[in-house]
Amino acid sequence: MNEFLERKVRLTWGEQKPTYDVVIIGGGGHGLSTAYHLATRHGITNVAVLERKYIGGGNSGRNTTVIRSNYGVPESIRFYQRSVELYQRLEEETDRWIMHKQKGILWTVHTEAGLRQERARSFINQANGVNTEFLTPEEITEIAPEIDLNVGGGKYPVLGASYQAAASTARHDRVNWALAEGAMRHGVDVLQRTEVIDLIRDGDRVVGVRTNHGDISAPVVVSAVGGHVTRIMDMAGLRIPIRTHPLQAFVTNHYERKFDPIASSLDLGFYVSQTARGEMLAGAHIDQQPSYSYRSGHHFLSSIAHNIQMFLPFMRDLRILRQWTGICDMSPDYTPIMGRTPVDGLLITTGWGTWGFKAIPAGGEAMAELIATGRTPELIAPFSLDRFRNDRTLADRSSSGTH
Amino acid sequence: MSIRITCEHCGTRPLEEYVYGEVLDVPATIADPAERNLDRAFNHTNPEGPVPEAWFHLYGCRRWITIVRDTATDRIVD
Repeated sequence: MNEFLERKVRLTWGEQKPTYDVVIIGGGGHGLSTAYHLATRHGITNVAVLERKYIGGGNSGRNTTVIRSNYGVPESIRFYQRSVELYQRLEEETDRWIMHKQKGILWTVHTEAGLRQERARSFINQANGVNTEFLTPEEITEIAPEIDLNVGGGKYPVLGASYQAAASTARHDRVNWALAEGAMRHGVDVLQRTEVIDLIRDGDRVVGVRTNHGDISAPVVVSAVGGHVTRIMDMAGLRIPIRTHPLQAFVTNHYERKFDPIASSLDLGFYVSQTARGEMLAGAHIDQQPSYSYRSGHHFLSSIAHNIQMFLPFMRDLRILRQWTGICDMSPDYTPIMGRTPVDGLLITTGWGTWGFKAIPAGGEAMAELIATGRTPELIAPFSLDRFRNDRTLADRSSSGTH
Repeated sequence: MSIRITCEHCGTRPLEEYVYGEVLDVPATIADPAERNLDRAFNHTNPEGPVPEAWFHLYGCRRWITIVRDTATDRIVD
């Protein structure tokens, strides 16, 4: 057999059983990664991943695939750095090609305030073991000569940038499939078109889930739901600090030359990278209104296209091919929420807003450790749901939609 | 097509002219004042369906209006 066929993803779907040791709601990156790490690191394989539609069909297949760790608070920098490192060896580990490619990310700034913010970012990143540098405009040109430093005819000049060379992208579908296959190989049941209708309670505890295919009992239920986490928490009678907002993205037709880095402008509010097919992929801020609809709009296209063509003039000649929308669970401090809930037997991994894809390996690894050992790993202890009650929020405007 | 919101003063205008304002609804079942403050500060009902909300017509009459929007479909229900 040739190498391509050997490395082809083989998904073997399970049948729903009445009992599992762990039930994970949500067959996106975080749910699959939790199952994968439970199976491969802890030998816990009597696990079901329940997916309402198809795996990776939510935000795990709609994001713009940026992997980086240039965050603004030490707790997050350490966590995302762990994820960057796990991504670097995920291909080798799963023996599946996830199209992981190191690109480097440029966060350019056009104002004095932005300059100070990004200089501070490079310092706090370096203090926490992440090599984010601060670049002058000349150094930006060396990395990406396509960027017009005189943006908008000098209206928004590029004054500098923070740059994380280790930042990368990977193909999101392949990440989901690689993790799903790895989990399946160890006996995890991934159940598609299986929707959770209710949680089964025994007194104060959650002891299982009711699906459209029947009841499942399980001592541990994990919500790894993206977008509709509020619905699951309603079933448990919990109010959570999440508001769901749409985020839009688009790709152009292919640019016939290579564009190396992931380039973004914080002040103009967008980020661009080139896909493996050569398309230019752009995303921006979230829509202001909470919504569960996947509606895309022309206003987004025209405003972002206007800003991008000032920054990257070559994009004027490209055409927009596709536009789509994902829905993001925004937490008030723009930091994830992971760990226990006030309801016994119910764990949560949410608040992945616009920053969830990069956290898939580390998020799953940490949740699996919590489930297997019963102890919250130090890496995610600061992300607990009770941080809001305890006045330990981690405000960090280091993702799209947070400015 | 962009979402269009009808302002009682200016007529039907695109959403981009407005600024969103959430109508907070701390459930009556939360009685303790400190708990109510905590809920008001952080939690959201975040419903999927019709929800009353306030919009500020920034690029129009600069007045607040209230509408009911279905967050599942983005249709303005009322």
